[in-house]
Amino acid sequence: MIETNTIEKTTCYHCGDECLSEEYVIEDKHFCCHGCRSVFLVLSENKLCSYYRYNDHPGATRARIDKRFDYLSDTTIINELIDYADKQVTIVTFYIPHIHCSSCLWLLEQLNKFNPAVHYCRVDFLKKQLNIRFDHRQLSLQQLVELLYDIGYEPMISLQDVIREQNSATKDDLVSKIAVAGFCFGNVMLLSFPEYLGIASFEESFKYFFGLINILICLPVVFYSGWGYFVSAWQNLRNKVLSIDFPLALGIGVLFIRSVVEVLTRSGAGFADTLCGLVFFLLVGKFVQKKTYHRISFERDYRSFFPVAVNIILEDAEKPIPLAQLHTHHRIIIRHNEIIPADAILLKGEALIDFSFVTGEAVPVNKTLGEIIYAGGRQTGEVIELEVVKAVSQSYLTQLWNNEAFTRKQDNRMQTFNEKVSKYFTIVLLAIGFSSLLFWLPGDLKRGLSAFTAVLIVACPCALALSTPFTMSAALSIFDRNLFYLKNTAVVEQLARITNIVFDKTGTITIGGSANVQMKALLTQYQKQLISSVCFNSVHPLSRMICQYLGRTTRLPVADYSEIAGKGIRATVDGHKLKLGSAEFVLHQQHDAIHATKVHIMIDEIYNGYFAFEHQYREGMEKITALDPGYQLHLLSGDQDHERDELIGFFGEHGKMHFNQSPQDKLDFIRSLQSKKRKVMMIGDGLNDSGALKQSDLGIAITDNVNNFSPGSDAILDGKSYEKLPAFLRFSKDAVKIIHFSFFISLTYNLVGLSYAVTGNLSPLAAAILMPLSTVTIISFTSIATHLAAKKRHLL
Amino acid sequence: MSIIYFLIGCSLFLAVCFLGAFFWAQRSGQNDDLHTPAMRILLDDEEEPPEEK
Repeated sequence: MIETNTIEKTTCYHCGDECLSEEYVIEDKHFCCHGCRSVFLVLSENKLCSYYRYNDHPGATRARIDKRFDYLSDTTIINELIDYADKQVTIVTFYIPHIHCSSCLWLLEQLNKFNPAVHYCRVDFLKKQLNIRFDHRQLSLQQLVELLYDIGYEPMISLQDVIREQNSATKDDLVSKIAVAGFCFGNVMLLSFPEYLGIASFEESFKYFFGLINILICLPVVFYSGWGYFVSAWQNLRNKVLSIDFPLALGIGVLFIRSVVEVLTRSGAGFADTLCGLVFFLLVGKFVQKKTYHRISFERDYRSFFPVAVNIILEDAEKPIPLAQLHTHHRIIIRHNEIIPADAILLKGEALIDFSFVTGEAVPVNKTLGEIIYAGGRQTGEVIELEVVKAVSQSYLTQLWNNEAFTRKQDNRMQTFNEKVSKYFTIVLLAIGFSSLLFWLPGDLKRGLSAFTAVLIVACPCALALSTPFTMSAALSIFDRNLFYLKNTAVVEQLARITNIVFDKTGTITIGGSANVQMKALLTQYQKQLISSVCFNSVHPLSRMICQYLGRTTRLPVADYSEIAGKGIRATVDGHKLKLGSAEFVLHQQHDAIHATKVHIMIDEIYNGYFAFEHQYREGMEKITALDPGYQLHLLSGDQDHERDELIGFFGEHGKMHFNQSPQDKLDFIRSLQSKKRKVMMIGDGLNDSGALKQSDLGIAITDNVNNFSPGSDAILDGKSYEKLPAFLRFSKDAVKIIHFSFFISLTYNLVGLSYAVTGNLSPLAAAILMPLSTVTIISFTSIATHLAAKKRHLL
Repeated sequence: MSIIYFLIGCSLFLAVCFLGAFFWAQRSGQNDDLHTPAMRILLDDEEEPPEEK
């Protein structure tokens, strides 16, 4: 019936995409588009073709071939972007999302072969950053960015400077603190050995000497490395919270004081090595918890989505101004592929707005003159002129950011297990300590004090404090490996407590940006060729999809081509008259009920059928639906309910699906669930979901390219791993179980230690063995158990 | 056995030197990016790349 053409696929030498045309060939190298070819030409001119030797197809595809960086000549914008500038040299750091292989690294560090004004360039591969030092008298920032653009590495320049925020955030001295603690731990251990092995009575003077040195070495451990625990314990006490830092600080303090007293009074050897070991392990736990596996920004908001500057018309001339200076009544010029930064009225031109990021809708919307266009849309096609009616921060989309959900401090939205337990732990610990003190007090003050301090030392919840960070960071790395990126370790626990899951429709359960093309027409190979030749001339996304669907064919000469925006194309190809487009345009009849977008075909006044563009659901929807008994599933969609019938299969009864939801409605829906004491997880993709993502207990942004913009969230899920979501949920529950279990292990150790401690006969050696032993047990237990749990859930 | 006082002094001094060296490395940014240099070393820096076939 439908003929399938099996023409061999050629891939682009530069980017590896399929070549749809025979037009771009140089020296038997095929290119998919003009952009890719021009990059190749730039590189070959500069004799930098080794770029293609390190990796196959290292480049990025170049759909956009117009460069517009005029705004980079504005001094206020330049000053925003650069790191440093003096009279000659400017230093700037760019975030370049495309950095992904050794070719990128090689080429970007050869920039001075293109232009000698570049003095220095260094790539930070994991951060995808390029640091450049250049002479701004010979090369302007705009020229530099254009150069980067020409070689296929367009930097992402946005208002919200994620780079700088990240760089400033990493400035903490945890590593130095660990180094000091580790150094002291090692030295104190060596000096404590003689004591444990026994020192002959004629060498008693050494004992005192070793003790003094131990105390000396402990000083930086307590007052530098471990100081943070005292500070945070004090702050928590003032806020009337009993956190785990309180018993830890108490343990550190008591260890130190008792060691000093014992050494100075020559009554014992002190616990210097236990003290150093404790601080060292605790800091390592902290480090493991802080370690982030992926340099992805979770804090992006609309500012990183919107352009840095926009062109306005001022006294009949175009002038780029920074977005912050954009006011109402400004007339702005928006070109092909540019984003409309503020709500505006269309004054001139054919607007065909792609709202795919805002609403997830793949098909661009046609707007007529005088209509208000909401911010966030991307113009496709010709230049349009608009008048701004609302300031950037007051726009339909961005006003969500003024909602209280965004101002709320939202570090740990749920209490973690650790926080809950440590409260009771501290109370019980103090109770045991004081009762043992009171028990010995009447007869033996010294023994009473010794028992009291020993309790605080032995029960110091080192293992407890370590179980969460080690389990969670192991879990985090497993999620990471499965393309599910969590903001921090606390998110794992939140994931385990979810009761309700809310899905956005477009872009979340359907694949964003691309629709499934179905040909509902009987076409000969020749007719396909005709259609493909016509569509190739159009930049309209539907035409591009048809082109892609029909595959590579030889182009026929096209005459009398005319494209009526929002309606269709009329053209004469090889003597045949073609009409492609909407029902109204082709068949002169009103739109039928819109179940899917259609492009109708008419060849030589004979109707041939149509192409239908339907949403494609992500793979694994059935698996998600199977979550139903354990979790309540909901669907929120900004669309009309024309897909209701198909979705019933996934979501069941009508009550769980809500259509026609505005961003504010979505946020309110989440809030109403939360008021019923439900823990809500929101999965969304677009800016319109950002309010709901923020309000929910756990917001997951789903994206098909992790480097692309995604709204602020707690976790970012790669679309490829969507079907693993149930496994992720189960695994997070496993992780919490592991934490509970390791809590009991550490309690057992504590009980064993306590049984010695209450008698007041705790020897330094016992403490020195017990503490590292419990730590090692916990670390190995949590890592092995997490690994096994991941295996069980098929995540490894 | 008084030599022990001297030896312990020496060993501590040496250890502090190493700790200082680590601090210096940390502060001068040597540990900031541990991934890129490992890739950079695999790339040849040739003056004239071979002609494309």
